[in-house]
Amino acid sequence: RVLRWGRGFGWPRSGGIRGGAAMDLFGDLRRMNKRQLYYQVLNFAMIVSSALMIWKGLIVVTGSESPIVVVLSGSMEPAFHRGDLLFLTNFHDDPIRAGEIVVFKVEGRDIPIVHRVIKVHEKGNGNIKFLTKGDNNEVDDRGLYKEGQNWLEKKDVVGRARGFLPYVGMVTIIMNDYPKFKYALLAVMGAYVLLKRES
Amino acid sequence: LRKNVEDFTGPRERSDLGFVTFDITADILNGKNGLQTFRNKNSLIIFDWNVKQLFLYLSAEYSTKNNALNQVVLWDKIMLRGDNPRLSLKDMKSKYFFFDDGNGLKGNRNITLTLSWNVVPNAGILPLVTGSGHVSVPFPDTYETTKSY
Repeated sequence: RVLRWGRGFGWPRSGGIRGGAAMDLFGDLRRMNKRQLYYQVLNFAMIVSSALMIWKGLIVVTGSESPIVVVLSGSMEPAFHRGDLLFLTNFHDDPIRAGEIVVFKVEGRDIPIVHRVIKVHEKGNGNIKFLTKGDNNEVDDRGLYKEGQNWLEKKDVVGRARGFLPYVGMVTIIMNDYPKFKYALLAVMGAYVLLKRES
Repeated sequence: LRKNVEDFTGPRERSDLGFVTFDITADILNGKNGLQTFRNKNSLIIFDWNVKQLFLYLSAEYSTKNNALNQVVLWDKIMLRGDNPRLSLKDMKSKYFFFDDGNGLKGNRNITLTLSWNVVPNAGILPLVTGSGHVSVPFPDTYETTKSY
């Protein structure tokens, strides 16, 4: 008898006509031997590690803890809208100057804010304090800072906006607002990677 | 680019507050200075297909005893692609309070006013350009208590 590799090898043939892709899927899973499964898992792990390495590499190259951010509010319209993507750098020697768009975090809060620098006071020793304001806001950001805080300092800066892409960040916002969408996306990606066979 | 200014300082408990009125005449479309270092090296057009808007701002730069470098944005404007690129504003008052961090405005002889802009593309790099032509403004040695603004 001729046995075909991978199909029915060592397994009883499922008799009858059991149609449907679902049966094929389970059939596939059962037929994959352990070695193939490990191979697929390693493949998946490699993809995830590469992505993480690229992200860490970006952090090193730009000097910013978060080199790519999504705009969350409309306070910088019409320049940036909710869902736009910003690329940041945070080089230590880059001075902070009026007119620059900076992304900063208020002490104690997690959410980064993207606004423009409107006042800068720098001492001879390099100590800088500055004030920001959103283009679309009537007033400056003092209301957003910590209680009693009137100025921002270099340590509050996540980065300076150097480039931007419109709309692309919307995916992140949707995943945040609709967690089911995020899980569905992850499930699909996981299934694809685990079951994909390199022929 | 021309600016004419009239200015005075008012006393405040902790910091000097400066008042500046200015005229701005600017021709953004045909300005040569800012274009050379950025994308549009070969064309004299600032508003190309990839420019969504310009964020213009007038900033005052000066140094004081307290701080080696101070920059305060006095006025800003958003110029969308399609808007008239020629500015001719007269007798403008500053949009934002010109507070110094301390008392460095009184008698300060050298406040430099510069017009700059942030080019916001439809997608891509965000450059900051400084216009050519800047004006130096001195503040008087005494505080004004009587002028109204």
